[in-house]
Amino acid sequence: MDNPAQPAFELAIISAGTSDPSSTRLLADRIADRSCELAACHGGTVTSSVIELREVSADISTALVSQLITSKLQEVIATLGESDGIIASTPVYKAAPSGLLTSFLDILDDDLIIAKPVVLAATAGTARHALVVDEQMRSMFAYLRALTVPTSLFAAAEDWGDPALNKRIDRAAVELVLLMESGFATKIRDASWENYQHEYGSAGGTEVGIDLDTDLMRLAAGGSVA
Amino acid sequence: MQFGIFSVSDITRDPVSGETPSEAERIDAVVQLAQKADEVGLDVFAIGEHHNPPFFSSAPTTLLAYVAATTKRLIVSTATTLITTNDPVRIAEEYAMLQHLSKGRMDLMLGRGNTAPVYPWFGQDIRQSLPLALENYNLLHRLWREDVVDWQGKHRTALQGFTSVPRPLDDVPPFVWHGSIRTPEIAEQAAYYGDGFFANNIFWPKEHYVRLIGFYRQRYAYYGHGSEKQAIVGLGGQAYIARNSQDAKREFRPYFDDAPVYGHGPSMEDFMDLTPLSVGSPQEVIDKTLTFREHFGDYQRQLFLMDHAGLPLPTVLNQLDLLGGEVVPVLRKETEARQDPKTPQAPTHASLVKAKYGNEPPRQPRPNANRGDNVTGGSPYQDSGAESRTEYPEL
Repeated sequence: MDNPAQPAFELAIISAGTSDPSSTRLLADRIADRSCELAACHGGTVTSSVIELREVSADISTALVSQLITSKLQEVIATLGESDGIIASTPVYKAAPSGLLTSFLDILDDDLIIAKPVVLAATAGTARHALVVDEQMRSMFAYLRALTVPTSLFAAAEDWGDPALNKRIDRAAVELVLLMESGFATKIRDASWENYQHEYGSAGGTEVGIDLDTDLMRLAAGGSVA
Repeated sequence: MQFGIFSVSDITRDPVSGETPSEAERIDAVVQLAQKADEVGLDVFAIGEHHNPPFFSSAPTTLLAYVAATTKRLIVSTATTLITTNDPVRIAEEYAMLQHLSKGRMDLMLGRGNTAPVYPWFGQDIRQSLPLALENYNLLHRLWREDVVDWQGKHRTALQGFTSVPRPLDDVPPFVWHGSIRTPEIAEQAAYYGDGFFANNIFWPKEHYVRLIGFYRQRYAYYGHGSEKQAIVGLGGQAYIARNSQDAKREFRPYFDDAPVYGHGPSMEDFMDLTPLSVGSPQEVIDKTLTFREHFGDYQRQLFLMDHAGLPLPTVLNQLDLLGGEVVPVLRKETEARQDPKTPQAPTHASLVKAKYGNEPPRQPRPNANRGDNVTGGSPYQDSGAESRTEYPEL
């Protein structure tokens, strides 16, 4: 947001779809397109970067088992960390978000996306998976202390022909754009960053300065804990 | 600059032969490795501490005393000694004893231990690991410096009029390194006391260590022990060496791919790109190791992990021949040529004695005769001053 009159937003799209093209990616793209249009109506611009998780799937599994973050994965994480808003879209296979998405979230630093607005989206072959977004994805992003938008998006096979899906996409896009425009994530970070529970390395080194004014630091310097 | 090896004492199946060494075989092998390290001119041998299979090293001072007795100039050390689940009083006693037997050819590295089930076996709780480590070391530090200690803390029975025996050799405490990869409090404690700081440097991307070591250096200077460049830093590393690069990769790959910690994960090439692991010719290992100082500043001790993941003894002995014969001599020369000439050496017993006494003879504590009050503080040594008198609580 260099120029408040013409705010520019970075949108990171996480897609855990596995085919190309995939309906999961398609759903994410439609949200992103609507968000761009809406932001443009308000005089702003949105640039989106797509994170195709299947392209880093081997890197994700490596990171899971060895704590080793490859340079490809580092780039992806940086994109996410620098974004103003996020769209996370995943297929549902077994009444749960794809393991590709959950594994990716598992390897992220806990503080990476604090207060960033996130649209949650899922696709599935059957409407029976509809609650996966609200009951599983939302809690995962809550753990990361991201700000999920009120409208969840879910598209089973039959939804693609239903205009109601577009309406929900519109709703979610409006929510996302308004939250980005409000500067909520930046304001939270400016006003209250130190009030979140950080650990050394929890936001890739940007989490917080090392606080010397703690009981443990006093104990480290030969003192005692009250 | 000191160069050496460190072992975690894992007993791992050799993925090539399919053989798992017995505990007896592996213990014997590690002793031979330590002796070989001495023979090929390395400076340091360090052993880990574990209390669960598939590791053997539950009693490091026993092993190290034997190694010291059968070597000539090697410094024996640990990687690491558990400052959480060990009673600091026992650490003070055992390592002071090791210091006497090794004639000062020892130091130790403290670490917290990250295996949760180990803590309750020793009456502790991993959730308290950090305050426990910090408090225990504060006590350990005093036990080696004060003849008579009155102490009260949260994690251990209080001490009144306690004398840790034997007193350190020449009344000069063993040098201590604090090992940590992500805990600023540990770096702070190392800095506060002017102790060494060691980053194991094996797993994480180096940016984590760079930052922590930078913090330690700053705080070392802040506490007045010297400049940031004079802080005492040690690094781990990992290497597999063969005459030529292709052989090294071919020989090590099955061990890498099956290694307990990172096997079945990243490719060896990725791991080499992103971590200090060198697999290659002596020159390749030299080149990579020489880059460490560019990231962390000039440092005092470089330890290599050489014997894990089931590598058989003859292979590791051969590795040590290459490390000691071809790699380290060049590293010594090149490091000396490149480093800031004011870079201090890692402290040794001799340098610490010199620093404390100059040319005067070191103190040699001689106990007073048992007067029936030798467990109640009093003045335990003939030269103990009035400051050693214990204070008793009001009843």
